[in-house]
Amino acid sequence: MSDAKAPEGDPTAAASGGPSQPTLLLILKVFLTAGGVSFGGGVVAYLREYIVRAEKWCNDEEFLDALEVSQTLPGLNAVNLSVVIGDRLRGVAGACTAVAGILLPGMIIVMTLGVLWEDRRHNPYITQFLVGVAAAASGLLSTVTLQLGHRQFTYVPDVFILMATFFVVAVMHISLVIVLITIGPVAVWLYRPGSARHSKEIPVPHPHFRDRHHLLRH
Amino acid sequence: MKLLNLAWVFALLSILAVGGGTAILPEMQHMTVTHFGWLSEKQFRDIYSIGQVAPGPNMLMVMLIGYKLSGWAGALVVGGAFFLPDCVLTLFVNRVWVHFAKSPWRSSIQRGLAPVAIGLMAAGTWSIIRLAVFNAAGAAIALGVFAILLWRHVNPALLIMAGGIFYIIAMHLL
Repeated sequence: MSDAKAPEGDPTAAASGGPSQPTLLLILKVFLTAGGVSFGGGVVAYLREYIVRAEKWCNDEEFLDALEVSQTLPGLNAVNLSVVIGDRLRGVAGACTAVAGILLPGMIIVMTLGVLWEDRRHNPYITQFLVGVAAAASGLLSTVTLQLGHRQFTYVPDVFILMATFFVVAVMHISLVIVLITIGPVAVWLYRPGSARHSKEIPVPHPHFRDRHHLLRH
Repeated sequence: MKLLNLAWVFALLSILAVGGGTAILPEMQHMTVTHFGWLSEKQFRDIYSIGQVAPGPNMLMVMLIGYKLSGWAGALVVGGAFFLPDCVLTLFVNRVWVHFAKSPWRSSIQRGLAPVAIGLMAAGTWSIIRLAVFNAAGAAIALGVFAILLWRHVNPALLIMAGGIFYIIAMHLL
């Protein structure tokens, strides 16, 4: 898709010094690819494949740092990660390009499928297919949650925070705003600087990332 | 009015998405199905499933909620409201974050919010289980996918498609 525009010549191409400053066109191409092939979710693993392994725009450590920021901030991890990496590569323009690339293919496909579904949603085969997909997705989400949270599921203070959060959201149906402004600060306070929990070392590589990638290996 | 409601609901959800897209599913379902009555539970489930079979972030399906309510304008409003606030926030906070690299509070925030995020993901998973698993075939698919993924590495996209096909077959055989 983006290759077609290459012959026109990207004005930023001349300015790019080396592999650390890719052109916006190349950024678009890489993120469009990751956004277009990442069927089944786990876009983060695909991003790592292209950014760390293929393009070598950063190493695993830098990628994990970027992922950590992306996970802590609200929003979809893959989108936040695109902002962080795009910004590091080419500033605001790079961030916008990366986000456009990661979202565009899925956006086109989701809208196409959605419009088709609107016309045929009384077709029993389509309804049944979508129920099966949701059932499979619930199995996938269970695995992902368990694997991403394996450290939180085994460390007692974390288990309490985790279960309290689950209980108030899933059982008591308390508004997420209330949950985040009450449990959030308490959880951060438990890990405040100087507390025993705070000084416990975080193992590297980050388990979230390793498991996520693990899960998606073809 | 509908567009305005769509915009603030999804902008709010976007800001609350600590722990990614799965974490806000219960709140999204509550707002769109229970509170505003924009969708039925079944429609919410079907739209969620459509997001699963497309590449990229599964949460792109939020645009379909907008489309269902207000056509293409709704899709664009929801897309902008859901993605723009987080992108802008991430851009600014990430630049500031670098300056706090040595602050001990940085890791306090990261480590404190991690179990909250996992708890929210678990709640999101639970909401999808409740929508999708209501008979033996659905339970078999969910458990099957769960077991297969714990046991070995299979591309989830294949399992998602297989789940859909298996359910059609099961409904015609049973």
